[in-house]
Amino acid sequence: MRSRSTFRVANRRVIKGDPRELARQLVFSRRGFLRSTAGMALGSALLHTSPFGFGATPQSKRKVVVITFGGGARDEETFTPEGQENIPHLMRELIPQSSFFTQVVNRGILGHYVATASLATGVYETINNFASLPPESPTVFEYFRKEWKRPASDTWVVAPSNGFNRIGESSHRSFGLGCGAQVILPKYLLAAVTSSQADYGHLLRDSYETPLYAPTLSGNIFELEQLETMLKLSVDDFKAHAQTLSSPDELSVYIVRQLMRRFAPSLLWVTLHDIDIAHAGAYSLYIEGIRRTDRLCAELWKATQSEPEYKGKTTLFILPDFGRDSDEDAGGNGFQHHRTGDITSRTTWMMALGPGIREGVVYDRAVDSIDLVPTLGSMMGFTASLSKGKPIPEIL
Amino acid sequence: MRPEDLKPEQFNAYPPEARKLALEYLETFRRLPLSFLPSLLREVIEFDFKFPAEHRLLGKELANLGSLSQQDLRAWFREFTEIKLSESLEKSDWVASPAQFVERLSAHLWTTHQMDAFRHAAVSYADKLRTAVAPELPASPRFGIAVIGQGVDVAPQPLFRKLRPYGAYFSAVNPENGLKHLFEAIASRANANPAQYAHWYIDGGEQLPHPPTVTCVSYKAMEQVRVALLARIHAETQKGGMGPEALRTLMAQLQPTDLGMAPSGDPVLNRFQIKLLTEGSGTQIFSTSFVQWAAREALRRAEPLTLLVRFAPRQRQKPMNELLSPSRDQVELDPSGSLVDADMGAYYNWIDQQRLPGSEKSLFLAWFENQKEAVAISPVLPRGTVSNETIDLRGILSWMA
Repeated sequence: MRSRSTFRVANRRVIKGDPRELARQLVFSRRGFLRSTAGMALGSALLHTSPFGFGATPQSKRKVVVITFGGGARDEETFTPEGQENIPHLMRELIPQSSFFTQVVNRGILGHYVATASLATGVYETINNFASLPPESPTVFEYFRKEWKRPASDTWVVAPSNGFNRIGESSHRSFGLGCGAQVILPKYLLAAVTSSQADYGHLLRDSYETPLYAPTLSGNIFELEQLETMLKLSVDDFKAHAQTLSSPDELSVYIVRQLMRRFAPSLLWVTLHDIDIAHAGAYSLYIEGIRRTDRLCAELWKATQSEPEYKGKTTLFILPDFGRDSDEDAGGNGFQHHRTGDITSRTTWMMALGPGIREGVVYDRAVDSIDLVPTLGSMMGFTASLSKGKPIPEIL
Repeated sequence: MRPEDLKPEQFNAYPPEARKLALEYLETFRRLPLSFLPSLLREVIEFDFKFPAEHRLLGKELANLGSLSQQDLRAWFREFTEIKLSESLEKSDWVASPAQFVERLSAHLWTTHQMDAFRHAAVSYADKLRTAVAPELPASPRFGIAVIGQGVDVAPQPLFRKLRPYGAYFSAVNPENGLKHLFEAIASRANANPAQYAHWYIDGGEQLPHPPTVTCVSYKAMEQVRVALLARIHAETQKGGMGPEALRTLMAQLQPTDLGMAPSGDPVLNRFQIKLLTEGSGTQIFSTSFVQWAAREALRRAEPLTLLVRFAPRQRQKPMNELLSPSRDQVELDPSGSLVDADMGAYYNWIDQQRLPGSEKSLFLAWFENQKEAVAISPVLPRGTVSNETIDLRGILSWMA
């Protein structure tokens, strides 16, 4: 016979199902955790009273590094009290130094390539997510290069899978061919230099969104011979270092470091995707991906603080391309996909760090994913004339 | 073609029971918007391979639609009629291939920024249907059981964190005869409420002896089918020129016999199992994903009274192209990672069970196999509590009743 005294009361939570309530909680949970854990202030009161500017760096000398995640992580696994163990570097090192936007809404197609293309153009692109097609609107790289007449080596994209090979420049007639960024697909390079994949298989994991399909490569891709001629990296050194790495994203970050040293590009865009292993349904691997991404973001921030060409004049943006489905939506399968278009799959966050960016401030107002490009334009001195987004005044 | 132009002969290729049903409701179909109807036909065309619970649900939905006046229909489908379709969608053969239409519709909705409007329309329709057609309560409270952590002695992290707030956490379970007690419990329930597909057992490894009255699906039993499927996928993708949409279409058309399943088997269960592999993501390569998805689909479609789910170690992660290549090599397992997967999977099993009618009375038990931790959820157990008393699973089961 049981007695009530057998049990002691533990913490309790309840399921919330109303989308508006979920949206409110989403914002509240990020804000609440940031205020309580990272000691950050709410930003609205600071908006028009900031003494900060971008610092003394002229626009022409400024550098921007953008990190996007191809495969977002949900609050449950990141910002909630139980999720914070997965993002120690964001929590302790980056967020306290950042302006943090709790509500970045992606109103476009929730596929990684097309969503990243939308982030890079400031327009919700509608190209086929799984085809080898360039964005239809000009990219941030084209705007920047055209305005400042910069060479191709000043803008780079490091991307995870073959599907991203056309992300560097658009098909727009006023921009396009030869005006965009150089694109490096590190896995493609590694596959090209290794006849046997046995020792490198762990770095050659394919797109998790469509594991059965990889589009044919074309476009402005960094080819193997350029590894030595441009990056001054011998194939043997590249292979040897690759063997010390454990994931495709680590390989991407390694390449980013090489680019920073060799070219010091003004605009560097890296898209990570280890988290997207979630599509295979293995929760433990999804968590591993989050933890690795957390670590790699911190590594890249440290790189901008240690490399002489970047120190003191670099702004780092970190944002997932979108979220993942909530546990509550019966149309999805929780963390595994981003198919429902529900509020958690559309809403994510963004942080900005660097000189002139307010530190330890949280902004709750809704920002649009496509606001990134015009913001970069205002920051770096170009006009994103065809972007549909608006500059984010809080970080300008 | 538009729904009002539907003709009886267009359903000739449907399986017998599906065709009969379609012809019975042909007049109703003619009154529905094209943005909605193929989604309904996607269910109708599968009627011969559906579970009894699905038969009842679909029958009620059709009967309800048939009973609506023209004015009611306009109100029910106003949002659907506002969805703009492309000419190519309208011209496609949505009667013969409704699933392909729905897939193309999905792409169209994303591209034309109508996904939110469609989603709202669908939710609104489901709400109206729930109000119009009373849910069928189960004959007895549902009981879900999840056994996790096979092959692991020490959990790498605290277990059942997501389930604990809803039930009682037991920290001193006597694991002796644990599985035996659980199988006795499901046998007892199957005997008390005998019905086809009402009691299920899903195993991520090799199935254990179980009562014949219990429907069983196991990852091990599907091994040959999985190998055949991966070989098929591999062969198709090697041909080149095949995009993901074409591959999905191909997979959706596969029949159980195409993948080596015996034609003499249970056609409904065979179809169910094939769909787990052709429609699920990760189910072909990770047993933990297979089990979680199988449980979700069993709950969603068969609405079982009893569901025992036993997770097993999945293979260790390798490059995706290696995982997807058909291989009979000895696989390396990842028991510890699988426990983390299964812990989340157990939570999803409970959520999926709670989506069914009668959830306020349903029961759920999750147990760390052969270890001392369990969590039990029942209307008669206090929520968010912890018990450190030594107790075996039979004792916990008796407390839950």
